[in-house]
Amino acid sequence: MKTEINEELIEHVSKVARLDLTEKEKQKFSEELKEIVAAFSKLDEVDTTKTEISLQPVELKNVLREDIPEKCLTQEEALSLTKHKKDGYFKGPKAI
Amino acid sequence: MNEYINKIKNKEIDIVEHTHKVIEECKKINKEYNYFNIISEKLALAQATALKKDIEKNNVKNKKLLGVMVSAKDAICVKGVESTAGSKILKGYKPLFDATAIKKAVEQGAIIIGKTSQDEFGFGSFAVNTYNIPKNPHDKTRSCGGSSGGAAGITAKAHFPHIALGESTGGSIAAPASFCGVFGLTPTYGRVSRYGLMDFGNSLDKIGPIGKTIGEVSALLETISGHDDKESTSLNNPIEKYSNIKADVKGMKIGIIKEAFGNGVEKAVDKTVWEGIKKLEDAGAKVEEISLAMPIEYGLATYYLIGTSEASTNLAKYCGMRYGASEDMKDSFNEYFTKVRSNNFTEESKRRIMLGTFARMSGYRDAYYIKALKVRTKIIEEYKKQFKKYDALVSPTVPVLPTKFSEIEKLSPLQHYMMDVMLVGPNLAGLPHMNVPVGFENKLPVGMLLIGNHLEENKLLQLGNEFENE
Repeated sequence: MKTEINEELIEHVSKVARLDLTEKEKQKFSEELKEIVAAFSKLDEVDTTKTEISLQPVELKNVLREDIPEKCLTQEEALSLTKHKKDGYFKGPKAI
Repeated sequence: MNEYINKIKNKEIDIVEHTHKVIEECKKINKEYNYFNIISEKLALAQATALKKDIEKNNVKNKKLLGVMVSAKDAICVKGVESTAGSKILKGYKPLFDATAIKKAVEQGAIIIGKTSQDEFGFGSFAVNTYNIPKNPHDKTRSCGGSSGGAAGITAKAHFPHIALGESTGGSIAAPASFCGVFGLTPTYGRVSRYGLMDFGNSLDKIGPIGKTIGEVSALLETISGHDDKESTSLNNPIEKYSNIKADVKGMKIGIIKEAFGNGVEKAVDKTVWEGIKKLEDAGAKVEEISLAMPIEYGLATYYLIGTSEASTNLAKYCGMRYGASEDMKDSFNEYFTKVRSNNFTEESKRRIMLGTFARMSGYRDAYYIKALKVRTKIIEEYKKQFKKYDALVSPTVPVLPTKFSEIEKLSPLQHYMMDVMLVGPNLAGLPHMNVPVGFENKLPVGMLLIGNHLEENKLLQLGNEFENE
């Protein structure tokens, strides 16, 4: 696929990716990703019309275990690595 | 190593005193070479003291790694020891649990001496995308290779019995092993549990051993292999006795990957790897040239599209709330999340998040991410066809000699990625592969890559054994 990588697209991708890029970074990534994506478009040469995707390199089956509770971290332990906590809960920024 | 273990068992070597000495040596090496992000002195001495008690009580009979020093790539969690995966975003993070590989090694008597330096989250081929850059043990102006650079560096430099736990997503065990002149084995995908490993790409990540000898690599691999209830992609197949491999290569069939030689490969590397092949032939292996164009031609694009797609979602867990770097919480969630990421990821992580986000984005997903997953199928099929006929495949590990830092600075990101050209294929296909140090050129090590069929690590070790005393 021929894709035009420009600063506008980079700006859009950075928003989706939740990255705040400086003007300099936008310009740099725009140039670099242009080169990378052009090189990677080489995959167009491969005929994959009848090929399935491989999400894993080896065949895996669903693995389930008995639903028996096991020892896990205590609430105190789970909260021990952050300063953002209140009344036994993690505290996050406001979502709306 | 076995001689050393016996001396520990017979109390000829006092394990606590020895550990003290090792820690001092590591500190000294680290000042010059940056192999450790942190040396876990307290933990190592506590483990040594506990082992000493067990030895006195005669309680250590069959421990495979009794008193052996093991280092862990920083992305592998060690309880209570700062584990950053080379990233500023995890500065100060001390995991509340051990990775399964660590737990298993310690159960066999290993002493964990520290966390080794690496590219941030494994994003790199030279271990330069991080806050602590390891230097090549053979020439300090050159790179250790990446991303498990510190792991391979300390393995080459240590004067004491030591094995490193490395991790490979697209070549991060074999590449640094090649640049540092040691053995580095990436097992079959799923052979070793990933529990406690910080993800880069879930369908690609593998923990594996780096060692000076085949014996050490085998012993650690045998220890950490096997199914883990905590990790649903870990394989249930029985574990081979890797430490009892045959030392004979007579009659083994080896395919030499034609496309991996000549164009784009440094002459010195080409020549030295062929000397290695000749050695296997002289020892009785049957050698034939084969064509395997698919992985060499299309592997890089396939790997980088899948790897960055997986990484870009994995890194979203570092949101600055439960552990790791955080900011003031005056903004909304989206602003907060954006700030934590933008302030703490390196440029390479941002680049990979951008690429991976792009490849999965509506309108581009089919052309890039899904396309890459289909080409991956073709690459796997091409390898599988060859393994009907051959026991192992051979190529150079890296196309160049260890690169100078001054040259690395001049490379574009795409040129960085191209260093992995030989390694992305087996990593995409989840095939076991091992770097074998085959010789030196201008005092710099050259590595040969052996690739095996799924779960045939034993054959790689068998072939690698021919190079044990090089």
